[in-house]
Amino acid sequence: MRDEAKAFQFCLSCALTLAVLASVIVASFGYLHLGLERLLSAEAIADMRNFIVSFFPPDVSAGFLRKIARGALETLAISAVGTLLAMMLGLMLALPASGRYGRALRAATRFVLNLLRSIPELVWATLMVLAAGLGPFAGTLALGLHTSGVLGRLFAEALENSPAEPSDALRQSGAPRAFAFLYGTLPGVLPQFVAYALYRWEMNIRMAAILGFVGAGGLGQLLYYELSLLHQAQACSVIIAMLLLTLAVDALSAKVRKGLGRAYG
Amino acid sequence: MSFQLHRVSLVHPNGQRALSGVSFAAQPGERIAVIGSSGAGKTTLLRLLASALRPTDGSVEVLGMRPWQISAGKLRRLRSRIGMVHQAPPLPPRQRVITAILAGRLGVWPWWRSLLSLLYPADIAGAREELARLELSDRLFDRCDGLSGGQLQRVGVARVLYQKPEVILADEPVSSMDPALADYTINQLVTEATTRGVTLVASLHAVDLALRWFPRIVGLKAGEIAFDLPPVRVTEQALRDLYASESGPLPLHGEEPFVLPTRALGRDAGRRKSSCS
Amino acid sequence: MLLNQAVAHPRDPDARRRATALVVAIIVMWPLLVIAQFNPAILFDAKNLATMAAFLRGFVPPALSAEFLGLVMKSALETLAIATTGITLAFVVAVPLALAVTRSLSISRIGPGPGLWRATALRAVVRSLLTILRGVPELVWALVFVRVLGLGPAAAVLALAITYGGMLGKVYAEILESTDTAPARALLESGSPQGAALLYGLLPNAAPEIVSYSVYRWECAIRASVMMGFVGAGGLGQLMDQAMKLLNGGEVATILIVFLLLVQLADAISAHLRKQLA
Repeated sequence: MRDEAKAFQFCLSCALTLAVLASVIVASFGYLHLGLERLLSAEAIADMRNFIVSFFPPDVSAGFLRKIARGALETLAISAVGTLLAMMLGLMLALPASGRYGRALRAATRFVLNLLRSIPELVWATLMVLAAGLGPFAGTLALGLHTSGVLGRLFAEALENSPAEPSDALRQSGAPRAFAFLYGTLPGVLPQFVAYALYRWEMNIRMAAILGFVGAGGLGQLLYYELSLLHQAQACSVIIAMLLLTLAVDALSAKVRKGLGRAYG
Repeated sequence: MSFQLHRVSLVHPNGQRALSGVSFAAQPGERIAVIGSSGAGKTTLLRLLASALRPTDGSVEVLGMRPWQISAGKLRRLRSRIGMVHQAPPLPPRQRVITAILAGRLGVWPWWRSLLSLLYPADIAGAREELARLELSDRLFDRCDGLSGGQLQRVGVARVLYQKPEVILADEPVSSMDPALADYTINQLVTEATTRGVTLVASLHAVDLALRWFPRIVGLKAGEIAFDLPPVRVTEQALRDLYASESGPLPLHGEEPFVLPTRALGRDAGRRKSSCS
Repeated sequence: MLLNQAVAHPRDPDARRRATALVVAIIVMWPLLVIAQFNPAILFDAKNLATMAAFLRGFVPPALSAEFLGLVMKSALETLAIATTGITLAFVVAVPLALAVTRSLSISRIGPGPGLWRATALRAVVRSLLTILRGVPELVWALVFVRVLGLGPAAAVLALAITYGGMLGKVYAEILESTDTAPARALLESGSPQGAALLYGLLPNAAPEIVSYSVYRWECAIRASVMMGFVGAGGLGQLMDQAMKLLNGGEVATILIVFLLLVQLADAISAHLRKQLA
């Protein structure tokens, strides 16, 4: 009898958590009144099929391909310039955020960095459209601001973990603070910075494509435009272009990283 | 007076007493070796002289100035006139030797020169000259992480030579080198001091090197000066007392049997080394 | 003293390489800057400055009327619900795909035995499917679904189900392959069905990691849900989009604050869940 009781033992708190989880999930479905069942009616399925078919074949006419090429270049530019901006702003904020100018400044800049990266890129994009008007510049600024929060925090941590001896020794021999940093600390952390930035660029190319939905240029803006005119075939081409662009940037980033050597990850 | 310490004490933040009531002075151009067992306070003494550490008691005067009573700008300029060879060379692994050496003059160069030197080295010939004195000029453009411990120490020395300071402080500058190379490197430091008439204070763990090259030996024990004598007057008993905390024979760098020098130093500066790594 | 007399004017061997890299960088960056219409002067254009200033001034004080706060809370709940249902459906999508792709449960690979070609082909097809599901950003799916299903959360939930299903599927498969596969393989070799091998052989070790990753994805889903709201898929995002279009700074400020709090809350819940279940 006792063996059976032992065999029946299980983690009570796990079961409780799972039960709560299950009820939360059920409640969520209920709350949304999704009505997904109506998608299963014969009429809905037929509609769905027609809709999907309307996407194919994708429009590959020369004129439209040129539009796509321009959009793709714009998206690429947004992601590249945005990431570059983020590197500069991130580095500037990382210096105080690593604590070298005191605890108060460290707390303040860390708060700013958190704010920058907590606000999603899309929200930044709508704000930047206000400040800079429609077009790719808004997208660039949005990516730059958001990513600077991410990179700034990573940079700050890398700086905090880097050895202090080289720059201390240089200050010891009378070098000004800025140059003690440039000659002593930076050579050690630069590979990490570049690796993080390249990694973020791969993520940013996906983001840059989407920012166009709120008017920030690139392939996103083209997609939004075509879909609102119900040009499914054109939309399909743009989506395929987005996919290809992402793959290309991933490959390029990997190549650059290999070219820069081992330490760059 | 090149520097003057008057009854200086230093207690570390964790309560450890590093120096007690040390009074120590030197004229410009003197060559002094500081010897003592590990933990005796040699590094602390040198860092104090470099105005990197602040004494808890007593007064410090270097090159006619009191480092802890002057403005930040003047302190920086004072520090640029003092060169320190660290025991563990503080060189970033990915930096090239040329940049590491040129960094010695950052305290003196105008900002635009320091900035441009990051892109293209500002004084390749000068750096090469100093590195050549340490038999390492073929490594001028290599990265520091490709060098051995002894080679890195030589780069550290080259940096201080390039800095051309008025006071050279060397904290166990040859600890990673084989005996012949260590001897040769100390030779270079001593030559530099004599040629330019600048003060050299070197802390050495190896007693034979100290006795061979320096006309003034300061023995440090438990944060206090045990003796301050020319080598001929340093007795074997005094040395044993100094290293009493270390078991075993006296620390030497060379392999020849240890013999106290019985005559005064008179070596010429152009002595050649026998081998080199 | 040894003087190196071989080189009268010593040169930096790295200089040429660096100069080339710099030239290439400029040649590449210049057109990119132009295409991105990089023009900081625009930021200081009088009209833009005025608009921005007026908008920012509206931030203080944030809109705190009871009615509006109630609306914001409802939207926040909606966002949470979207993320939760989306992740659940994504899980439903991911599990069969992950099981189809993972090699740890493959019977035909033992030997190799019969059916190897078919199984490998199936795995390749499912892997490509997973890549496509992941490759298209969820916002694109949301935009398309809003056209089909109309405004509202359904579009976001489906979009999450598809993209996150792809992501979860890929990661689940990788987790199943990276944990110790010996127990499962032993079970397969002694003839037990694949389901049993999964439950008794793989899951005991892999479950903590799977749970941990799924909860992390739930956090991301919350952020994604807010973004999808901007194309009309409900939740806090849709509310913020409407407020921004009206240039109502006070409302935007409130929504932003609630969003940041929501993210913190999700972070805390996520940490707690991961500790409990893993």
